[in-house]
Amino acid sequence: MMAALVPVIANAHRAWIVPAATVLAGQDPWVTFDAAVSNDIFHTDHAALRLEGITAVAPDGTEVALQNAHTGQHRSTFDLNLTQKGTYKVSSFSSGLRARWETEEGERRGWPARGTQATAEGFAKEVPKKAKNLEVSFGSRRLETFVTAGTPDNKVFKPSNQGLELVPVTHPNDLYAGEKAEFKFLIDGKPAAGAKVEVVPAGMRYRNQQNTISAETDKNGLVAITWPQAGMFWLNVSYQDDKAQKPATKRTASYVATFEVLPE
Amino acid sequence: MDLTRRISLTASMLVLWLLPTFTWAASIQVTVEIPQLEVAQYLRPYVAFWVEKDGAHVADLAVWYDTDLEAERGEEWLKDMRQWWRRSGRSLDMPVDGVSGATRPPGIHTETFTFGTGVLVDLPPGEYQLLVEAARQLGGREVVKIPFAWPAQKAAPLTASGSSELGAVSLRLNP
Repeated sequence: MMAALVPVIANAHRAWIVPAATVLAGQDPWVTFDAAVSNDIFHTDHAALRLEGITAVAPDGTEVALQNAHTGQHRSTFDLNLTQKGTYKVSSFSSGLRARWETEEGERRGWPARGTQATAEGFAKEVPKKAKNLEVSFGSRRLETFVTAGTPDNKVFKPSNQGLELVPVTHPNDLYAGEKAEFKFLIDGKPAAGAKVEVVPAGMRYRNQQNTISAETDKNGLVAITWPQAGMFWLNVSYQDDKAQKPATKRTASYVATFEVLPE
Repeated sequence: MDLTRRISLTASMLVLWLLPTFTWAASIQVTVEIPQLEVAQYLRPYVAFWVEKDGAHVADLAVWYDTDLEAERGEEWLKDMRQWWRRSGRSLDMPVDGVSGATRPPGIHTETFTFGTGVLVDLPPGEYQLLVEAARQLGGREVVKIPFAWPAQKAAPLTASGSSELGAVSLRLNP
C-alpha cells in the first residue's frame, strides 16, 4: 500500500492490454481490447493506459488501425477487425537512458524528470559526471498481447532485436489448462538468461492471494509454464545485466503480456 | 457510528461510577507481527485492528495506512481491508484521531490501549473478538481473529497466527 518512495507509486501498478478473446473464427471477426494500469489483475480501477504508442500489426506484417478508440478515466478501449487469417500483435515499446544519484547532502536525484524526454544533450547538461551512488542505466519496456483468426502463425514474432522479446516455442494463442507452454526470451536479440518471470491469473479482486507463478529463464532464455487453470493471465518478465552501451553501465528490460488459457 | 457512540457514552459513565473502586487503569495490549516477505516489489501492508461483539463492530483500535501521500490519496486503498471496510471503514471520515497511524515495516509491533483514554472507553462484561486484517498492494489479504472474554479470567496472553500477510498476533488483557 505504501510506496517506499512516493514518486514510484505509479510504477507499483501493473500495465496491461487485455483482449476479450484471443482465438477467433469466421470471415470477419472483431476483437475488443481494454488497456489500463491497476494493482489488481485485470480490474480497471486505477488509470487508463494511453493509446499513443500502441500499435497493431497484422499477420502479413502491416500495421493496422485501432478502431473505435476511446480513453476513459480508468481504461482505454479499442477494437481490431481481423481481416487476415493468422496472428495479430498489439504492442507498445519504449526505451531510454536513465540516471540516478545522490547529492552531497544525501538527497536522491533522478533523470530524466517525469514526463520529459531523455536526450543526449539533456544527459550531458543535467547528469553529473561524478556523484555519490551514480547509476546510469538503459531501460526498455515492452507491453503486448496476441489474437489469432484461424490458425496461429509466427510472422509477428520476428524479433526486432530491441529490448526483451518473446519467441514462441508454444504459440501464445494455443494455451490450454493443465498443459505446459514454453517460451524463449531474447534481450536485444540474444537469449535472455536468468530473467525473472511472474505469471498472475486474472480475478485478483475475488481472492485473497495473488497466486503468482514464479520462474526464471535458463541459459538459453527458455522458460516453461504449466497453466493451473483456464482464464486470462498476466505475464511479467524482468531482466537486468551490466552489458550496457556507454554511458550506461546497467541494462534493464521488462516484458509484459496478456495470455488467454482455454479449458482442455 | 451511532451504536459505537452510545456504547462509548454509557461506558464512560460506567467508568466514572466505578472509578473509586479501581486504582489502576484497565488496558489491552495487541501485538502484531508483519512478516518479512521475499517479493519483487514489497510495499508495506495496510493493517486494521478492531473489536467486535456477536459480529457487530464495537470499536476500532488502530488503522495503519499511508498517511504520507498528498491530498489523502492513501485512503484509496483502505477498502482493500475488505472486512474492516464493511464493518467500520466505509462509514468513517478518515483520518480518525487516535486510530489512524502510518504503515509499519516488517517486524513485531505492540500497541497498548488504556481504558478511559483515546479510542477505548470501556467494555461491558461479555464475549468479544479481536480482528486484525492486513492487505498489501500487489500482495494478498488476511484476517486473524482472537476471541476473548472480558473481564479476563487470567492474565496469560491469547494468541493466533496468520499464514501469509500476518505473523503471530497476541492479545494481553489487563482488566
